[in-house]
Amino acid sequence: MKEMEWEVVIGLEIHAQLATRSKIFSGASTAYGAAPNTQACAIDLGLPGVLPVLNREAVRMAIKLGLAIEATIARRSIFARKNYFYPDLPKGYQISQYELPVVEKGRLRILVGDGERIIGVTRAHLEEDAGKSLHEDFHGLTGIDLNRAGTPLLEIVSEPDMRSAAEAVAYMKKLHALVRYLEICDGNMQEGSFRCDANVSVRPKGETSLGTRTETKNLNSFRFVEKAINYEIERQIDLLESGGTVAQETRLYDSNKNETRPMRSKEEANDYRYFPDPDLLPLEIDESLIEEVRRELPELPDEKSARFQSQYGLSDYDAATLTDSRELADFFEATVTAAGAEPKLCANWVMGDLAAALNRFGLTIDQSPLNAEHLGGLLTRIEDNTISGKIAKQVFNLMWDKRRPADEVIERQGLKQITDSAAIEKIIDEVVANNPAQLEQYCSGKEKLFGFFVGQVMRATQGKANPQEVNKLLKQKLTR
Amino acid sequence: MHNKTITELSAGLQAREYSSLELTELFLSRIRRHSKQLNCFVTVTEERALADAKVADAARSKGRAGPLTGIPLAHKDIFCTKGVKTSCGSKILDNFVAPYDATVADRCRAAGMVLLGKLNMDEFAMGSSNETSYYGPVRNPWDADSVPGGSSGGSAAAVAARLTPAATGTDTGGSIRQPASFCGITGLKPTYGRVSRYGMIAFASSLDQGGPMARTAEDAALVMQAMAGFDEKDSTSVDRSVPDYRAELNNSIDGLKIGVPKEFFEEGLNEDIAALIESAIDQYRRLGAQVKPISLPNMKLSVPAYYVVAPAECSANLSRYDGVRYGYRCEVPKDLADLYSRSRGEGFGAEVKRRILIGTYALSAGYYDTYYLKAQKVRHLISDDFKNAFEQVDVLVGPTAPSTAFGLGEKTDDPIAMYLSDIFTIGANLAGVPAISIPVGFVGDKPVGMQLIGNYFAEERLLNWAHRYQQATDWHTRMPEGFE
Repeated sequence: MKEMEWEVVIGLEIHAQLATRSKIFSGASTAYGAAPNTQACAIDLGLPGVLPVLNREAVRMAIKLGLAIEATIARRSIFARKNYFYPDLPKGYQISQYELPVVEKGRLRILVGDGERIIGVTRAHLEEDAGKSLHEDFHGLTGIDLNRAGTPLLEIVSEPDMRSAAEAVAYMKKLHALVRYLEICDGNMQEGSFRCDANVSVRPKGETSLGTRTETKNLNSFRFVEKAINYEIERQIDLLESGGTVAQETRLYDSNKNETRPMRSKEEANDYRYFPDPDLLPLEIDESLIEEVRRELPELPDEKSARFQSQYGLSDYDAATLTDSRELADFFEATVTAAGAEPKLCANWVMGDLAAALNRFGLTIDQSPLNAEHLGGLLTRIEDNTISGKIAKQVFNLMWDKRRPADEVIERQGLKQITDSAAIEKIIDEVVANNPAQLEQYCSGKEKLFGFFVGQVMRATQGKANPQEVNKLLKQKLTR
Repeated sequence: MHNKTITELSAGLQAREYSSLELTELFLSRIRRHSKQLNCFVTVTEERALADAKVADAARSKGRAGPLTGIPLAHKDIFCTKGVKTSCGSKILDNFVAPYDATVADRCRAAGMVLLGKLNMDEFAMGSSNETSYYGPVRNPWDADSVPGGSSGGSAAAVAARLTPAATGTDTGGSIRQPASFCGITGLKPTYGRVSRYGMIAFASSLDQGGPMARTAEDAALVMQAMAGFDEKDSTSVDRSVPDYRAELNNSIDGLKIGVPKEFFEEGLNEDIAALIESAIDQYRRLGAQVKPISLPNMKLSVPAYYVVAPAECSANLSRYDGVRYGYRCEVPKDLADLYSRSRGEGFGAEVKRRILIGTYALSAGYYDTYYLKAQKVRHLISDDFKNAFEQVDVLVGPTAPSTAFGLGEKTDDPIAMYLSDIFTIGANLAGVPAISIPVGFVGDKPVGMQLIGNYFAEERLLNWAHRYQQATDWHTRMPEGFE
């Protein structure tokens, strides 16, 4: 029997913590890392009698995202109560949006391999985060930290449009870049500012109805998303191929064991009894607010990528890579300005040597010891032939270590390229005179030895001789 | 002196006939003498009262006194008061000392009022007789074997017995007006959104509204002046300027158009009460009002709609009482589920549990459309009834309650009978319109209240109409025996 071919169907729910200064329904600070329960006011604690007041900044941020993904901004949306009991949920309900979310029907373009795909975004809604339960350090008891309670979240729900873990990761990365472009989320995944639940199902290829899905919770890195999805795909296919069925359930990914496990069934048996929160009026958004927010939108990744291609003559791939983050794109543009050099050369250095060095030291672009002016200064010297590309790598490393401008390094280390033909000719003469045997062999037809002479000249000049000049003069000398 | 109105007391303070400290000591001694028998106070804040009085006297001596400076007041124990136990009539909050002031408490204090204490109430304001309180029932000053009404029963009894010149109350389905009627005082339920709900412990958020309870419309106007106004801490409060309520009190009511909804006089209404309402309406005629019959066709649907909406909201509002952060926690919980079920099982009384269960059921998957959504649609119909009525008349009048104060224990075993005692009051909450109850006579020796329902934000007119009636009558001056 022919082995069944399976199609994978993935939808993601991403929680982006909005970068407001205060919480979504109270004035308490949202700063991360404070001592437990020091950033929770009466409202966050759910004391008797307190009432929520919506943070307008969170609304603006939701509108920003909505505009950036070409979505519909609801003129009227509703906050609802999602009821369940948990010790880190102070009110016994979470204020969220249910039937009428603030953002609906958006889309995001992703690049996978050579192809482009459009992933639909079903909705994005505003809600409050819960606190944290701390199960360690309390001798068998549970500690509750409510600092996070009431932190604004934007839950962004995709359509089940992704067909592989790679597409899911590309989508997630694209959204991650976007929220940081928009400055609505710091994107810090370790601190949980950007986290993902993955809905995964499989179906026989050609089938149009969806298979039973599982939801894997709280994936807080791109790598875990990829691994957890791949694990789920394999697990579900194995189950189905051995005659079993997939249970619709919520699962947790264990990164130590690289597996997903069902969560306790008690937690999923909830009927959340959503109903409109009578403490909050419907959220009305008028056209003028939308237009005001639209005017504040920065250039978005896709627009920037298109501009990089047309303005700098970069390839689709280079432009997409450089616009991965706003910081990287800004660094590249600053480098071009500082260098006054060929943009392609700048792109190669930013994506090549600089990216590699940052990677080696585990730094992000905004932590780079070399700023764009420094790198630009180096590239200027390549372009004007002060140094060769090869010497430039040496200069780059010295600049990185010593944090000095290129000109200073070149000057101090005497790395300036020798372009004076008289000086080069003199060295060539010496090299030829010192290697009579090779000269004879070359003259008798072993032309490969030309490279040997080039090497000797470069060695004698510590690589500083202008390679084109060396080639030209050596050729003249040896053919004589 | 305890029989003086706030207006009179204020004049006496201003004329230096007595100090606020003396006035406060007088009311504290009356509370000591009578409150045990009535069971109307949960907490008496004697030290705080004396300190507040001194602050008020000092302000007056510096020439910084308003009409309420130095006037004693007590809050229904549903309003959070900083540093003072705020129980909401429940065991589950018996140990709860509020760390902050409700906006209403804050504003009364800012107006210079003196806090005498916190008043008994039905547990979480769920009840019509003050019998669901963890602290036991309140007795009616007019008849010790009768209920004072509820849920603001402690407030009504304390004002009627002259233990405080005024009190705050809250009204979700009649909880200010019905006890005002049963105890022979004046109680105003403002327009939804007129008085901040911040710090007022929620029962049913879309219906709850705080308001003043006092002996006269004039006193209610004074206290209302302090309570009312926009509050940015309450998203449902309305940003609209507050009129000078006292300035409007004496306006003429010549030409006032009164509507009398026929539904108020159908089955179940005591004949003697009907007769008293008729004679009060006659009084209004004599003051120049025109009277016409009118209909609120959906009124009969108000009780069933209310008993879906209010329990649904309360089922979520009361989830925070879980034994985790504050309030009652059961002894030695076995696990989380045990902590929840025993803390709540032991901490809440039967009526509260009944309503949480009803509300949870009404919101459950499969029932939401049948109950909650349907009830919301009925609510719209009821609001439309009022809108239509106010296109024809200025005010609707009728009895506040279908009976006078009933006996203690008389309806505790029959929740439906208890719920029906709010039949005339619930409509105003569902629509959000303001209403006032004023004393219009007695059946036997028990007071009867008449309700005036106005259009949105018509508080100053309601107070004006009520005041003009009280200027022409003396029902509001009657004092229960034994409290002279």
